[in-house]
Amino acid sequence: MRQVIIIAGKELRDGMRNRWVLATTALLAALALTLAFLGAAPTGTVKVSGLAVTIVSLSSLTIFLVPLIALLLSYDAIVGEVDRGTMALLLAYPVARWQVMLGKFAGHLGILAFATVAGYGAAGLALQWAGNEDSGAWAAFALMVASSVLLGGVFIAIGYLVSTLVRDRGTAGGIAIGVWLFFVLLYDMALLGVLVADQGRTVTADVLNLLLLLNPADAYRLLNLTATPNVSGFAGVAGLGASTGLGPGALLGALAAWMVVPLGAAAALFARRQV
Amino acid sequence: MTSETVIMRGVTRRYGRQDAVRDLDLTLRAGECVGLVGHNGAGKTTLIKMMLGLVRPSAGSVQVLGEDPAAGAAARARRDLGYLPENVALHPSMTGAETLAFYARLKRQPVAGNAALLERVGIAGAARRRVGTYSKGMRQRLGLAQALLGRPRALLLDEPTSGLDPALRLSFYEIIHDLRRDGAMVLLSSHALAELEGQVDRVVVMNQGRKVADGSIADLRGLAAIQPRIRLRLPRAPRAVANGPDAWAGWTSVSEGVLELSCEESEVASVLRGLPICAQDIEIVRPSLDDLYAAFQKGAA
Repeated sequence: MRQVIIIAGKELRDGMRNRWVLATTALLAALALTLAFLGAAPTGTVKVSGLAVTIVSLSSLTIFLVPLIALLLSYDAIVGEVDRGTMALLLAYPVARWQVMLGKFAGHLGILAFATVAGYGAAGLALQWAGNEDSGAWAAFALMVASSVLLGGVFIAIGYLVSTLVRDRGTAGGIAIGVWLFFVLLYDMALLGVLVADQGRTVTADVLNLLLLLNPADAYRLLNLTATPNVSGFAGVAGLGASTGLGPGALLGALAAWMVVPLGAAAALFARRQV
Repeated sequence: MTSETVIMRGVTRRYGRQDAVRDLDLTLRAGECVGLVGHNGAGKTTLIKMMLGLVRPSAGSVQVLGEDPAAGAAARARRDLGYLPENVALHPSMTGAETLAFYARLKRQPVAGNAALLERVGIAGAARRRVGTYSKGMRQRLGLAQALLGRPRALLLDEPTSGLDPALRLSFYEIIHDLRRDGAMVLLSSHALAELEGQVDRVVVMNQGRKVADGSIADLRGLAAIQPRIRLRLPRAPRAVANGPDAWAGWTSVSEGVLELSCEESEVASVLRGLPICAQDIEIVRPSLDDLYAAFQKGAA
């Protein structure tokens, strides 16, 4: 455990040094504040609180941005250190390979968690201060921030898996971008295409549920858009939450599985990799 | 505590069809300073990586400090191990002091001793600067400092002196001698045998993954059987010498008036005694370490 904490601490400090923490926090805060104020402007008369609107727009932003940041943080983690030669030295120390991976994961997740909580939290506090407070929406907001961190963890784990599989940093970067495109853009388009073409003959509600759980980005979206009535009402998916039959528990479970399984696979592969 | 620090038996490591290391037996003992010599690609780095457990042997067994280094239980043994990789890579964004502190914590060593260690390798003045700004020599010093953390019982140094200036090389060997006096095993790899003269007790020569020689430098001289040569200059016309009677039989003419003879070490004195008074500039040319190394490389190829 001690070794894990030491390595996590080093990753955190690296993140501070090379401005990753600063850059991602500033980016998320700027976008969140923009969405909070511009996004809430047209809702003056509709009976939806500013915070609930912000949750809908912020979670859409998160689906694009957080996986991208997570993959950029993680794709280089293993292959880059092996390439530069720092991994050989690290592994000559009394530290197990799974400890290296877990330590790096904790450090990278810490960077992402800080950026998300600080960036989105700034937007939430600004809305509160501007007088758009709605105590009911705060729970949904907290869930959104927490699940955003979880989504980041999922893609950090996938990034490690990519980083462990390939021999070359460039390849890892390319595959990471491919992973992002697939889960964030292509999967939903393909799913929509299939739904339209199929007209509900083979793709039943159960199959659709399964397909949604097979993409962590969709699980995240569903979790946040259906979490509370006033949010789902505004998101236009009020009926969906009830009809999918996927409760928050199942969705959170899917996200957690998406984080644990790739991380476990990456650790198992890394244990056998030659350095 | 066993005196055998590293035991390798019948170790082979294949990369695809290529054998990086082939059927190698090697025992390294405590208090020994061993030079591992071979040209680039001879398998030195692969051998060291197998001792560290970074690479698993395709066949054979490796034991370092009583443990299989590739097994999970070797973590404890690695606390007593120091490693300096070839072209040491360190994290450029950390300062020298931070780098050493990070590695000391991983080895569960008190960070308090680090300042003295940085002083010892001569970079105390640059401790607060980022490693990215260091010169190659300074990085190598910092690399050595991390290898020395926690007074290791076995030090594996992969081409430690390449790229070091002579002054630093001397202080480097001083540090190694100190460690050896304390009973540590030191393994130094190098691509030049001459560089190790006077620094090591034993030399292991590798060629194409095989061990082609193992012994002290004097042993190697005996094994290689390169004869000493006696060289002299004669003031008289060289033609007369070349055509002369059997007094100069066996001598070859190297250049104008210069003659050379190869003989056994035991014959040197009698040959010298038989030389005429007119012989000048008498030299005994013994094989240099580079000649020795070349002989082993040729013999094994």
